[in-house]
Amino acid sequence: MIGASLQVVSPSLRPFGTFSTVLRRELQLAYRRPADLLNPLFFFAVVTSLFPIAVSPLPDVLALIGPGVIWIAALLAALLPLSTHYAHDYEDGTLEQYLLSGQSLVAICIAKTVALWLVAGLPLVLASLVVSGSYGLAPSTFAVMSITLAGGSYALCALGAVAAALTVGVQRASAMIALLVLPLMVPVLIFGTRAISMAATNLPAKGPIYLVLAVTLLAALLSPIATAAALRISME
Amino acid sequence: MWTWFHKLASPPHFYRMAGLWAPWFLALSVVGMVTGLYGGLVTAPEDYQQGDAFRIIYVHVPSAYLSLLAYVVMAVASAIGLVWRMKLAHAVAAGAAPIGASFTFLALATGMLWGKPMWGTWWQWSDPRMLTELILLFLYFGFMALRANIADRQRADKAAAVLALVGVVNVVLVHYSVEWWSSLHQGQTVMNSEATMPASMLTPLLLMIASFSLFFGAVLLHRLRGEVLIREANARWVRRLVETTPSMETVK
Repeated sequence: MIGASLQVVSPSLRPFGTFSTVLRRELQLAYRRPADLLNPLFFFAVVTSLFPIAVSPLPDVLALIGPGVIWIAALLAALLPLSTHYAHDYEDGTLEQYLLSGQSLVAICIAKTVALWLVAGLPLVLASLVVSGSYGLAPSTFAVMSITLAGGSYALCALGAVAAALTVGVQRASAMIALLVLPLMVPVLIFGTRAISMAATNLPAKGPIYLVLAVTLLAALLSPIATAAALRISME
Repeated sequence: MWTWFHKLASPPHFYRMAGLWAPWFLALSVVGMVTGLYGGLVTAPEDYQQGDAFRIIYVHVPSAYLSLLAYVVMAVASAIGLVWRMKLAHAVAAGAAPIGASFTFLALATGMLWGKPMWGTWWQWSDPRMLTELILLFLYFGFMALRANIADRQRADKAAAVLALVGVVNVVLVHYSVEWWSSLHQGQTVMNSEATMPASMLTPLLLMIASFSLFFGAVLLHRLRGEVLIREANARWVRRLVETTPSMETVK
């Protein structure tokens, strides 16, 4: 259906038209499957509440481990929807239609990444604020937390899309995606947690924030190209 | 030059040439390693601070060097394979990965053995080089796991190649980010810079690096012969080879 709609209007569709058509479709699908939206959030809530139980409920300890725990829990939670990110489109033939539509595959990939981030990344950013409050992190860190996590989760969605595209139709894809993506997240993780820790101790955190956003920008620009190449390889 | 290049890319020709070269690579590397180890373990003077313990450098530094070189070989071969659709290049990437992972593991293990007496700890999370090597090992694992999980060989080749190229950007990023991160904690662990090394210490080290590289070449050639045979299993020249080689007949 989406393929048909792309083909019918193809002469008038510029890359941005492709982008908005696919983005609208993705958001509509997510709206009709609310479980996809809620699963990462539940996962995030459960994981972050296990740490105070397992490590220590002391406020000092929680304030110390908070940034790292929240970041890692958010990264793992954002991994969950990746295994179906392209797998659903592959199974019902939409992916084939995308490839045949003659539209820019890179634009389609960017649209899907943006949709994924809106559905899986942004809610986690909001949830992380609640959790950091419960961990006793200083309110001065909230802005830094939101900015870095927003960037970091977009980088994860962009890099995760490459891994998802590489493993379309492959057995044990979800485990593969985690193995492929998590090492790639190290730079963002380092800068992101650094920024929050620095903000918590009232140090200027601008440097690491800029670095998170720089790495995110790099991932956001290069990943769609790699994703499109990976999809072509996977669909050959 | 180009005809030589194209000829090399033909599997039967390459299989023959690799079989001819591999023993030379191996022989040279063994000679180099024996000489280098003798130079490093016997004739090189003791380090004035570390005593004899510094001598693990003759295994550690070449392994670390090769762990990076193998990744570069893998990434360049992947790029060539993707751009020029050269199957042999994909075979090179596939062959280099496990060797590179082994060297990475060796660099980590010897680094830990060295770190225990010198720094009093097996592992230091804030050391940028250790972390870079560890992440490098994970990247190798990811590359090999992706290949292993995709049944179709051509698809596995190309998918792994894309991953290798994404990873190469990442290795650089990881290295600098960890260095920056640790510089907040402490100054980088100062190692004797090679410029101040006396020639009696440095020469065996350079010899060991060269021999390790030759060893890498020898193992890669052997692995490539295996890869070529598997990839060309249905080709006529492989069947003829199997029929005319008595030892292969029994295996079959």
